[in-house]
Amino acid sequence: MNSAQACDISLAITGSGGAGTITAGELLLSLAGKNGCFGMMRRSFGPQIRGGEAAALVRISHTPVECMNDHFDLLLALDWRNADRFAEEIRLHPGSLIIADPAAGQIPDSIAGLGVDIIEVPMKKLAKEIPAGRPNMIALGLLAHWLGFCSDEAARLITEVFGRKGEEIVNGSQAAFRQGFTEPLIVEAREARPRPEPGEPAFTGARWHFNGNQGCGLGALRGGIRFAAAYPITPASDLLEWLAPRLEQFGGSLVQAEDELASINMVIGASYGGIASMTATSGPGFALMTEAMGLAVASEIPAVVINVMRGGPSTGIPTKSEQVDLNMAIYGLHGDAPHLVLGALDHADCILTTEWSVRLAEALQTVAIVLSDQNLAQSTVLIPEPEYELPPIKSRAIADPDENYQRYQETRSGVSPMAIPGTAGSTYVADGLEHTESGKPSTAAADHAKQLDKRLRKVEDFDYGPHWADIRGEGETAIVTWGSTTAAVREAASRLAARGDRVKVIALRLLLPASPDKLAAELEGVSRVLIVEQSHSAQFHRYLRAYYDIKAMTHTLARPGPQPLTPGEIVDQVEQWS
Amino acid sequence: MDNAARPIPIRPRDYKSEIKPVWCPGCGDFAVLNAITKALAFLELPREDVSFITGIGCSSRIAAYTSVYGFHGVHGRALALASGLKAARPDLTVLVAGGDGDGLSIGGNHFIHACRRNMDMTYIIMDNEVYGMTKGQASPTTAPDWADSKLTPQGTGIRPFQPAGLALTAGASFIARGFTGDPNGLARMLVEAIEHKGFSFVQALSPCPTFRPEQMEWKHQVRGFEQETTSDPIEAVQRIQADDGMSTGVIFRRQYPVFQPGGKSGDCMLESIESEFLI
Ligand SMILES: Cc1ncc(C[n+]2csc(CCOP(=O)(O)OP(=O)(O)O)c2C)c(N)n1
Ligand code: SF4
Repeated sequence: MNSAQACDISLAITGSGGAGTITAGELLLSLAGKNGCFGMMRRSFGPQIRGGEAAALVRISHTPVECMNDHFDLLLALDWRNADRFAEEIRLHPGSLIIADPAAGQIPDSIAGLGVDIIEVPMKKLAKEIPAGRPNMIALGLLAHWLGFCSDEAARLITEVFGRKGEEIVNGSQAAFRQGFTEPLIVEAREARPRPEPGEPAFTGARWHFNGNQGCGLGALRGGIRFAAAYPITPASDLLEWLAPRLEQFGGSLVQAEDELASINMVIGASYGGIASMTATSGPGFALMTEAMGLAVASEIPAVVINVMRGGPSTGIPTKSEQVDLNMAIYGLHGDAPHLVLGALDHADCILTTEWSVRLAEALQTVAIVLSDQNLAQSTVLIPEPEYELPPIKSRAIADPDENYQRYQETRSGVSPMAIPGTAGSTYVADGLEHTESGKPSTAAADHAKQLDKRLRKVEDFDYGPHWADIRGEGETAIVTWGSTTAAVREAASRLAARGDRVKVIALRLLLPASPDKLAAELEGVSRVLIVEQSHSAQFHRYLRAYYDIKAMTHTLARPGPQPLTPGEIVDQVEQWS
Repeated sequence: MDNAARPIPIRPRDYKSEIKPVWCPGCGDFAVLNAITKALAFLELPREDVSFITGIGCSSRIAAYTSVYGFHGVHGRALALASGLKAARPDLTVLVAGGDGDGLSIGGNHFIHACRRNMDMTYIIMDNEVYGMTKGQASPTTAPDWADSKLTPQGTGIRPFQPAGLALTAGASFIARGFTGDPNGLARMLVEAIEHKGFSFVQALSPCPTFRPEQMEWKHQVRGFEQETTSDPIEAVQRIQADDGMSTGVIFRRQYPVFQPGGKSGDCMLESIESEFLI
């Protein structure tokens, strides 16, 4: 086994609510960072509000990873009470190592029957013997030893994280960690088995540790957002909770509105007042916002709406991911309403895409919808500090005081300077009614045509530059995808490349307006295209058929949630298609 | 300061735009427009410092007939839009108006929450007890036995809202009822409402001669409240309950905490937030 392989390990920590599995997972990921690794962590919860079962799904690797692997190499179960619920999510293989507490009862047949390798460590009992010691810290010690991590780093991290909780907790956690780290069974196991080798860190630059919701939040701040209004909804609430205090630090604010109808209208009001504004929601709330998004388009008010997608329709599966609001984002507005739709491709891209969306909405005075999803939003990555460069984009065009000011004046670009309340001499009334150039309501065909053209032109004629898509690799086979599925597709492509099958990956970031000519140019010389997405009705495939002319042979891998697509599934699909 | 340099006091008509209203002859909404422009002139508010936000309906057209900044938004959401504007721009004087359908039916949720939130703005419901724009359907303030709408030929059979009572229980800090038959009285009421710090609610009885011709009788039914304005919500609720909805005056006024988010110094740097992500 070479060390690159050895150092891509997927592990799961499961237990009942309150057992501290998530804390252990988070600490393990931070520790991976301190030990020169990269990684990712997803949390999985049962439907209970508090308590219930919880699993930390962690992948640790020497190279940056953005999606979970197909199988888990290690499962540490603090108890077996919820083994069945996680069976679908935590797929094991015969070589998987199981670390279990004998006090937790018999290992379920569904797991033991796989022929897995089992170590039994009495984590509960060991923890009991340590004042303020907890089984999850024993577990952390076991895993840190297995991974070959440095125990001094762990000690520092525990002090850092638990410092606030007092000396007793810090000492108990330290002791429990050491107990796990030096446990003879794990030491012996590591000696006797093929094991992950830490190796030399290949990357010495800065590492960032964040989830997709935080990424979108940072992108919004970078773009200049200073006001937000929103109504809580999973999985967007954490984004809002992250943003609220930080907007205040920037002299802005976040208002918790009475509902999503209010949120989006508040955003439009604040933006009309000259302040870059946004809201974030998920499918059900997004549906409520569609009427007012039409208002923002018609009245030409910049507004950013982040939809952190979840399983639908209706309340659906709020805690799991699906790419299923694409139809609504593209087609959901009433009337002919040109607007922008962008999809974040991975965690780092949450920052770029949101910042870009804010800048575009401001420059083009329209609605920019940012599609993220639960998969990105609630998983944490440990990656090199994201770096990107957006093309320069003009900020919102502000009108100078002028007695003859016309808010919706014809211009070549279609963008008309906006007067901000408080500016003398340029008062006007923004209107969702069709209007003349001055903003006076009008039903005349000529005015309607003129304003429709203007609103379309500013969006369609704009030069979006190279960021319309993220394109990697070359090959006769291309995979076209979008959103959070991109990470699994990229990994599938690199596995295929390692076997000599070259695949080009095209991930569309700018979904509306569509870029049919750019995609056609990229598909020059490509003979077959696999379209990959996480939607039961293949919304992305249908969108491609509506807006693009794909000459190559196409095939679709479209499946619903709740589990994210894995690289292996995509590799299989490409291999079977011959 | 010599006389020549003193700015000429702005006249009410300076607050009107060139646009000719779409309203029917005799519509009460003309008087609301006059009362607003009088109040603004009295307060000598610079036009650019006032933003007038409305929903959809005959009454909501009013913003376009003024010369201040304005926003004619979507049906029922004027208060939400105005709240966002005020949150982001506390320096502006924010006026909001719309019909009884706009504010109490489709926008009912925003109404109670705006009362509760108590941001510093003035909200006028131009109440004609009917949906004028959609040609004569019952609204939440229509009497249960009004049977002139084809949509509810037997009448709604539902008791109407009492807007002032609703505002009071929802937490509004200034509640008044005026009548378009007395535009000067309405204008004085609006001056008080605008000067009040907090959410001011003014119900303007504004007849719709087209779909409720019987409202032309209102001028004989409306009278002033006998009592002075109270700051006691219990007294106010009794007064509202005992009344037939046709007495006018400032019913309730009290200082409640005003909601105004933000206001921090804003000297944070992006780098300090980015450093949170660094491991
Ligand atoms: C979402 C939505 N639903 C319905 C309508 C149709 N509509 C326009 S105005 C109106 C009611 C108007 O009544 P009111 O608010 O009392 O104002 P008035 O016309 O009487 O002044 C309705 C139902 C609309 N514009 N938008
Ligand atoms: S329909 Fe009624 S409310 Fe509408 S403009 Fe005519 S009179 Fe006024």
